[in-house]
Amino acid sequence: MFLDFFYELREEGVPVGMQEWMMLMAAMKKGLHGSNLRRFYNLSRALLVKSETYFDAFDRVFLHVFEGVEGELQIEDEVLEWLKDPKNFQELTDEQKQMLEWLTGDELMQQFLERLAEQNERHDGGGKWVGTGGRSPFGHGGEHPTGIRVGGQSRNRSAMKVAEERRFRDYRTDASLDIRQIQMALRRLRQLTRVGPATELDLESTIDETCKNAGEIELVFEPEKRNDVRLLLLMDVGGTMDPYYEPVSRLLTALHEERGLREFKAYYFHNCPYELLGTTAALLRRDAVPTGDVLRKLDPRWKVMIVGDAAMHPAELMEEFGNIDPRRTAETSGIDWLHRINDHFDRAVWLNPDPQDSWNQTHTTSIISKLFPMFHLSVDGIADAVRALIGAKTLGETVH
Amino acid sequence: MNDLNDEFLRFTGTEGYIASPALVEAVNASIALERPLLIKGEPGTGKTLLARHVAEGLGLPMEQWHIKSTTKAQAGLYVYDTVQRLNDARFGEGDVADIRTYIKHGPLGRVFATENRHVLLIDEVDKADLEFPNDILRELDEMRFTVTETGDEVVAQQRPIVLITSNNEKELPDAFLRRCVFHFIEFPDPQLMKQIIDVHHPHLDTELLDQVLLRFYWLREQRELRKKPSTSELIDWISVLLRSGISPDQIEQQIPFLGSLLKNEQDTEALQLYGERGGSYPESWSDLGPRYNN
Repeated sequence: MFLDFFYELREEGVPVGMQEWMMLMAAMKKGLHGSNLRRFYNLSRALLVKSETYFDAFDRVFLHVFEGVEGELQIEDEVLEWLKDPKNFQELTDEQKQMLEWLTGDELMQQFLERLAEQNERHDGGGKWVGTGGRSPFGHGGEHPTGIRVGGQSRNRSAMKVAEERRFRDYRTDASLDIRQIQMALRRLRQLTRVGPATELDLESTIDETCKNAGEIELVFEPEKRNDVRLLLLMDVGGTMDPYYEPVSRLLTALHEERGLREFKAYYFHNCPYELLGTTAALLRRDAVPTGDVLRKLDPRWKVMIVGDAAMHPAELMEEFGNIDPRRTAETSGIDWLHRINDHFDRAVWLNPDPQDSWNQTHTTSIISKLFPMFHLSVDGIADAVRALIGAKTLGETVH
Repeated sequence: MNDLNDEFLRFTGTEGYIASPALVEAVNASIALERPLLIKGEPGTGKTLLARHVAEGLGLPMEQWHIKSTTKAQAGLYVYDTVQRLNDARFGEGDVADIRTYIKHGPLGRVFATENRHVLLIDEVDKADLEFPNDILRELDEMRFTVTETGDEVVAQQRPIVLITSNNEKELPDAFLRRCVFHFIEFPDPQLMKQIIDVHHPHLDTELLDQVLLRFYWLREQRELRKKPSTSELIDWISVLLRSGISPDQIEQQIPFLGSLLKNEQDTEALQLYGERGGSYPESWSDLGPRYNN
């Protein structure tokens, strides 16, 4: 059961390694869990989970692993059974085997389980493990025997109760799109270079030059280090994108607030970019600029982020005069424009707000995802997209 | 096992700081395991304050290393003031022959070199360069470093208790995270918030307090807001309300002195618009959803 905890956390994508697990063992050796499930919950979370975005996964696993146990505790037998069966060892990696040796070579786990069992008898007659008041070093009503105040009305709730609440659901990066979290993901849009006027004192060279100059102080300046990333954002607006107004506008806000970028431009289109791009989301004809001009003006080093669901009628993408807007006739098909954009720029990515498992079901989406690396419009997806825009080129591509 | 508990210092909270059980657990684990404690949380949840109170609660002096975007890891250990030495050499001042005069310890160096055990606060570690946390890893692990220029080794005489705060502006490297004990300061729930307010504004009228908290948590639930008001803004707001002598029923109809709660112009406008369009404010906690039922 104890090991299940470790493996299930890993299965749920919580990056728990040997180091964290050993730390938990060491902590338990020191008696920090205080034979109390509630404290064990707090302790193991502090040691095993290093980001609030995994708290929800942790809660789910904790519930799952420790909830099955009602009434009598069978864990010891369970673990021993598991250990006895050599079949289980075949699938273990060396790292896991080492850990197993470490665990069985120590009475620690047994001790812990025994103590939990004791507590279970001593306390409630009911199903769940609880670390109720009284045994807790934290006093009732905010008063500790030594006169120290402790807060939080939740202290008498069992660990299961806390895990059950899943208060950290909102912090899951795959589910929520907070502006601040997006900004975090965008922070990696960085390529630091020294360009422009020499304004910063170069201390090393100053010292070198001063020495060469027989102690007569000689100041040397160099250009300031700054971000060289320029970003072009192309956004699909209206129609099927309407339900995604919230996440898209949050991305836009985050980008507008991102002060680090050297330059940032945003244009709008409906369903697919054709010969004209809108400078406002209203897509008014008088505000439109020719797509060709945009391509001519921006050099290939601009990073391109296209946001859209990529879902449309196949004709809108593949055929000439495919634009759904009857006021506009475009000789060049949407797919050709997409090719032109992709060919012109070194790096371009597509962010799709539709759930990832639906991409293959839409004909146009699967075509477009072959042209542009496609990522889900979530914090994780944006982080991956940024990595694709900034990261090292894969083999075979030219390096600029 | 209880006898073991006395081997290390224990933190339980102080008069001026209300700590949740999870936080107490994390602080004590960090002290017992001799690992840095990484504290994350929304701005205004008291991360920096926590360090000060841990130091106070343990009765130890504190050294603060405030990180800026330009901070280099090396500066935390020591700085070799070459320019001063050059200058002194040029004008024949100071003891130029002794390089040690020009080696100045940073916060980490000072904490290592001193005889007293310290609490070391590395504040806002995420402000610095992405690589910064990795650069201090070895020193925090081994609690020693060598001054390259002199070959002197600085070894911590007393292992400091290291607290690190992060505002979540940058992701921290995995290797760094693996060595830390982690605590995320949740935003206080209304009950805990009452206790916090009581520290700053004791004997507040309970009716006023309830109205104030209702408005405050309602505001925080509004997803349209770009910047949610935090604890420090709430405390400021209460100060303003008290000074203006406003009554609880005046708050019921509107949110006076909105400026002390919302710092973003767009947010203020959005809320004004909401009021002008006849948007309603909550009347009881149940209006805020099941999370607040109590």
